[in-house]
Amino acid sequence: MSERFFPDSMPPPMAETITLPWWEAAAEHRLVVQRCTSCEHTRLPPAPVCPQCRSEDSDWKEVSGRGEVYTYTIVHRTIVADQELPFFIAVIALEGAGGVRMISNLVDVNSDQIEIGLPVEIVWEDMSADLAIPRFRPVENR
Amino acid sequence: MSRPKAHIVGVGESRYTRWGKIGDVTEHALACQVIKRAVADAGLTMDDVDGLASFSEDRNEAVFLAAELGLPALRFGNMVWMPGGGGGCAAISNAAMAVETGQAEVVVVYRSLCQGQFFRFGSGRMGLSPTGDPQPPTVQRANSMTGASVGFVMPYGLLTGAAAYSLPTRRHMHLYGTTSEQLGLLAVTFREHASRNPRAVMGDRPMTLADHQASPMIADPHRLFDCCLESDGACAVVVTTQERARDLAKRPVEILASEQGAPKGYAFGPFANANIADELYATGGGEEMANRLWGKAGLRPGDVDVAQIYDHFTGCVLMQLEDYGFCERGEGGPFIESGALSWHGGSLPTNTHGGSLSEAYIHGLNHVVEGVRSLRGESTSPVENAEVCLVTSAACVPSSAILLGRR
Repeated sequence: MSERFFPDSMPPPMAETITLPWWEAAAEHRLVVQRCTSCEHTRLPPAPVCPQCRSEDSDWKEVSGRGEVYTYTIVHRTIVADQELPFFIAVIALEGAGGVRMISNLVDVNSDQIEIGLPVEIVWEDMSADLAIPRFRPVENR
Repeated sequence: MSRPKAHIVGVGESRYTRWGKIGDVTEHALACQVIKRAVADAGLTMDDVDGLASFSEDRNEAVFLAAELGLPALRFGNMVWMPGGGGGCAAISNAAMAVETGQAEVVVVYRSLCQGQFFRFGSGRMGLSPTGDPQPPTVQRANSMTGASVGFVMPYGLLTGAAAYSLPTRRHMHLYGTTSEQLGLLAVTFREHASRNPRAVMGDRPMTLADHQASPMIADPHRLFDCCLESDGACAVVVTTQERARDLAKRPVEILASEQGAPKGYAFGPFANANIADELYATGGGEEMANRLWGKAGLRPGDVDVAQIYDHFTGCVLMQLEDYGFCERGEGGPFIESGALSWHGGSLPTNTHGGSLSEAYIHGLNHVVEGVRSLRGESTSPVENAEVCLVTSAACVPSSAILLGRR
């Protein structure tokens, strides 16, 4: 198992048929974005139709897991018991993902280190054998 | 020639309390009470009512309320999209469309919240998560589109508005140098208005900027006093035709224009959507809607005498001031510092009831009630000779807004 940052009792993802493959890739520690096979437009969260060309055909593009902080919040209230405070929620602008961003957490980081533009890289947290959550840490703290 | 406009002719409210404090009546009974009060305020009877409208997945369904209230017939029952406070003005707008097109003649828009009887709105999870935490943790099945959208970000602990709307607010600070003190001044101004309002839950709790700055950090940059109250209470608004409005009990208020919706690709807004267009991200998302609203009414921001702006979080008010064109993009902070929002001599007296930050959090329908009061001359923080009032619903979600005019 990987390093742990959050307790088991954190809310699990809720998925439908369209978003489930994203979590299946995550379980294999692959970070993917959905890519339209007609116009190459990339998107998250997964959705049935390309909002750019309206094609219903898509595949999954694996990305590097590097990126930078687009915005963030430092949260001082627990979501679940036994959680360390504060914790950090950030929007990450993903490298090589056609401009796609994702919401995630910053880990292995101090509050005063966080700023918009901070370069980060992915850290997979295995919550169980079937569930891995992508979180991000500053590249400089590797 | 412009077509006949719907009017607001009556308003009604219950007592407002801290969340969980109204336990002696059920939520739908409270809805019935305020609907009756609003109809009486208009000088109408329940036999005149043939439509009901609400928003935000209201637990109090129009079909049941119509039966409980003995309406002769329910000709129009309407609910606006999604959970959240973006649909309040849209419910007024839909009621207006109903009476303007003859679907109904008298439509009551209502909102009732007794959170202790259900779940606390601000607790996170929005009543969406599966009951009990599965062991071992695994992906759960979403049972709605909202569930799938919010369920995509829930594992990161993004469950509350305080955290979610900190994301665009933090980016606004980064781009424009907006400060926590500027947000605090906004909260202090609304508290001053609440201190003059006997209905306000925080009416007897004065607040200084130092109090704001000393309040605990909830989700940086939102301190406790940047977050709205969580309340129990109910209110209702009666909408009817221009013709019916002429001879009723109170001075009618004209719905000059209304708009609703979301910009391209917005979905649920920054709560669950990290991919809002860059130029839209650090905004309330309402600029296009605002421009349509001004165009439709033939008015400009400078024509507004008083505003009731949805205030779930201070940062969302600041971004709306920019969306609606009261100041340039990025200038919301200095605009607040200028004292613009004060009822007493400000250039844009705003939330003269104290807003959701200090009067009560009734998902913004109380802002419509205050809008009507301010044009009737009944506000406890009156703006002299006010003729045009802007009322907005929540920012950073799909939203809506109305312009009200004194007849």
